[in-house]
Amino acid sequence: MTTTAPETEVLAAVFDAAVAADERIEPRDWMPDAYRATLVRQIAQHAHSEIIGMQPEANWITRAPSLRRKAILMAKVQDEAGHGLYLYSAAETLGTGRDELLDKLHAGRQRYSSIFNYPTLTWADVGAIGWLVDGAAITNQVPLCRCSYGPYARAMVRICKEESFHQRQGYELLLTLSRGTEAQHAMAQDAVDRWWWPSLMMFGPPDDESAHSAQSMAWKIKRHSNDELRQRFVDICVPQAESLGLTLPDPDLRWNEARGHYDFGAIDWDEFHEVLRGNGPCNDQRIGQRRTAHENGAWVREAAAAHAAKHGKATA
Amino acid sequence: MTGTDWPLWEVFVRSRRGLSHTHAGSLHAPDAEMALRNARDLYTRRSEGVSIWVVPATAITASSPDEKDPFFEPAADKPYRHPTFYDIPEGVRHL
Ligand SMILES: [Fe+2]
Ligand SMILES: [Fe+2]
Repeated sequence: MTTTAPETEVLAAVFDAAVAADERIEPRDWMPDAYRATLVRQIAQHAHSEIIGMQPEANWITRAPSLRRKAILMAKVQDEAGHGLYLYSAAETLGTGRDELLDKLHAGRQRYSSIFNYPTLTWADVGAIGWLVDGAAITNQVPLCRCSYGPYARAMVRICKEESFHQRQGYELLLTLSRGTEAQHAMAQDAVDRWWWPSLMMFGPPDDESAHSAQSMAWKIKRHSNDELRQRFVDICVPQAESLGLTLPDPDLRWNEARGHYDFGAIDWDEFHEVLRGNGPCNDQRIGQRRTAHENGAWVREAAAAHAAKHGKATA
Repeated sequence: MTGTDWPLWEVFVRSRRGLSHTHAGSLHAPDAEMALRNARDLYTRRSEGVSIWVVPATAITASSPDEKDPFFEPAADKPYRHPTFYDIPEGVRHL
């Protein structure tokens, strides 16, 4: 769309007023280029996280200890694929298609959440991921249901509804192990010990180092700061850990009466940046497996296209 | 043909009998049949629907997005189309 400078000013004023009035921006509305680019980057990273996040858990599907647990885990992993698709669709309303985003993911030019670069070493990790990783995701995502961009907000509503099952099945799994044999209890504790700190990192760098935060808050893409959400998550988790009969691996964790929040220890941001830089335990494996899955699926896409062409039903 | 070439379909789901189909989202599929199957797996995994429509996105004609669009102006100056426009004396019932 070509517009003259004064026209753009008017359009920008309309956009600003809509955001200020808490109205939603819809795909065909005028929006600042930087708003569009920020959303595409954030939604893409979010979508990539959903589908890469299928890998660490899918790792345990064939070894689930019972048919019940196996059916649950398959349903959860399938949900994550669905979440990826909702989000790629939301990105597409901004003019960037799924294929382009997948190419960028495969080329290592777009990121996904650093949490999925950690390995799932035991069955208890499936529980710790459900409780802590999905739990942190929910804490991040609930405010996104009110994000200023309509299609993203609507995708988040659908995702949040489905996430609560993810978190509860993980919690129930950990509780079963925690109340089981000594070895099972130890396995649950070990999983929580390994996933706790990376889960806190999921909220992103501290507020004073967060590059995009202020602008995203002004655009109402983000509603709360990284540190605010991280604190909310810690406060929720402490009593939940007590009910599990498990401890959180932080000697500095204690209730602060004056703040009305739990104080917690320093996060190892060097580790976070190393994992982001590609040096986590599983970065290469995750991207490698994603590329292989995409290549191995090529014949299915080709067959579906050939079938559609033969039967002449590709009407659109 | 890659995914890029697959048409975009808009998905409408009737959540239960007696209600209209509502827009649920969109997806890519090579044909209508695959679009329906994918829509079922993507938008009704928890019995959210009893009926699905898939419509090629290109088949939809939309009004302009601007809410101050003159297109909608004819409705703006006709408050007499609303029941609240009329003064009815107190005590008159069932009206
Ligand atoms: Fe998810
Ligand atoms: Fe999840």
